[in-house]
Amino acid sequence: MKWGVLVGLALALLFYPFIFTGPFYWDIGVTFLLAAISASAWNIVGGYAGQVSVGHSMFFGIGAYVPLLFYQLWRLPPVLGAPAAIAVALLLAAAIGMPTFRLRGHYFSMATIAIAELIRIFVGTWDLVGAAIGLQGPAVGRAWWDLTFRSELPYYYIFLGVLVVVLGTTFAVTRSRFGFYLRAIKADERAARSLGVPVRAMKLKALMLSGFFTSIAGSLYSIKTGFIDPESGNIKTLKVYPAIAASNASETNVALAQGGGLA
Amino acid sequence: MLLLQVIVGGLLLGAIYALFSSGLTLIWGMMNFINFAHGEFVMLGMYVALLVVIWLGGGPAAFGFAAAFALFMLGIAVYLSLIRHVMRGPMLAQILSTFGLALLLRYTAFWIFSANFVSLPQSALSGTLNVAGILMPVPQLVAGLAAIVLTIALHLLLTCTTVGSQLLAVAEDRSAAMLMGIRPDRMQALAWGLAAASAGIAGALMAMSYPWSPSVGETFGLTAFVVVTLGGFGSVPGALYAGLIIGLIQALSAYLLGPIYKDIVVYALFAALLWLRPQGLMGKA
Repeated sequence: MKWGVLVGLALALLFYPFIFTGPFYWDIGVTFLLAAISASAWNIVGGYAGQVSVGHSMFFGIGAYVPLLFYQLWRLPPVLGAPAAIAVALLLAAAIGMPTFRLRGHYFSMATIAIAELIRIFVGTWDLVGAAIGLQGPAVGRAWWDLTFRSELPYYYIFLGVLVVVLGTTFAVTRSRFGFYLRAIKADERAARSLGVPVRAMKLKALMLSGFFTSIAGSLYSIKTGFIDPESGNIKTLKVYPAIAASNASETNVALAQGGGLA
Repeated sequence: MLLLQVIVGGLLLGAIYALFSSGLTLIWGMMNFINFAHGEFVMLGMYVALLVVIWLGGGPAAFGFAAAFALFMLGIAVYLSLIRHVMRGPMLAQILSTFGLALLLRYTAFWIFSANFVSLPQSALSGTLNVAGILMPVPQLVAGLAAIVLTIALHLLLTCTTVGSQLLAVAEDRSAAMLMGIRPDRMQALAWGLAAASAGIAGALMAMSYPWSPSVGETFGLTAFVVVTLGGFGSVPGALYAGLIIGLIQALSAYLLGPIYKDIVVYALFAALLWLRPQGLMGKA
């Protein structure tokens, strides 16, 4: 990747709110960043490891629900729920990955869609989490720690910061032994195994890392929007898939995943 | 008595599950390719039935045939325009291509037909049969029996005819089949046509008894996955048994636990199957 392009992109993102001012453009920017975060997170397991998940909406949904649940039940600031959401997402990723990664081929994809759908229906009938009505966050921020701002601008920079972390992690992964393992698994799982790559453990690790960041994306979404219901979580992540398809069509790399977020 | 009634209803619906799932299992077994748009084919079959009834009139035979024909053509078109090009690509391309196709079909249906639930206007079939105290609505009975007959017909087509042998030969070994003078492309197009037709006709049969909207495809698609996984990939008889079992489980869990739990039970069963017995009841490992 050309360093010039990267620096140009970083500068463009950093100064975007000042070039295009006004709530409308800022909201587009925030939506773009959220899509880029989700796509980059998905990319870790779907792009590098080649394990196609079609149920990442479950991680997004957990990330979105738990913070608002913290507010609903105990009136705590939603952001405190984000770490709990991450913990739940990691447990779920382990629960899905441990059995299905024994198998090759389509099994993992099918398990993700089945469990995502299972969770969606279940949440839609569970009164504690608002059933089909959904959950609401604080309407007016009580203090800065509620992260409820009238302007889009703070969200833009919070999301940008998270995106930098996600992309930085992805970049670190590509340089690490872990990253090489993942690409080896994608290229030929059997060959990778024969060369001593711990295939199952690596796939599981990739899924957990991906679920970790997708959960954060969900938390950002619900803290900003102040509302989540079973359908909106589902649709937000669905919208990201075409972007992912575009980004993965040629070469799996960090910048494309980000550009795909534009769609 | 009520329990028996529930069981009969579940089996009749399960027969239709078996019919559209046998199409999915055909593609799967033949090409090791998953079609995420299969449920959308069922949904389109329902709308074809609706259009035929509104524009041309006619009974279940007419719109059933129309739905089968329209979806057969669509299946072939999908194969030629999309599947053929991604078939040997990476798995990511395979999955996302049919996933994208599903979204395209679903939202096109939303666009054309709107999101409202519709149902067939009073069709030629109505009335209820009373067999020893068990009430069976005639449309459901006809649909269920027709679905079983068609599923068995598909199985016989695959096992007892020359075309069926050619299809299975391509599934077994593409290049060996080519050396025997079979054109794999043509056979695979035929498989996609048959698979889509089975989904379309199942949709048309179901349209007689149930209202629907463009979003039903998602549920049917997932149901088909469950049935195919339970029955074993590529096994049409497996799909038949599994379809009946899933219909039964759905009806019983709706009756015993409550209607909202029927899908939860089925998807949980699916997840459990993937973990415990991924090759299904009748599949080869």
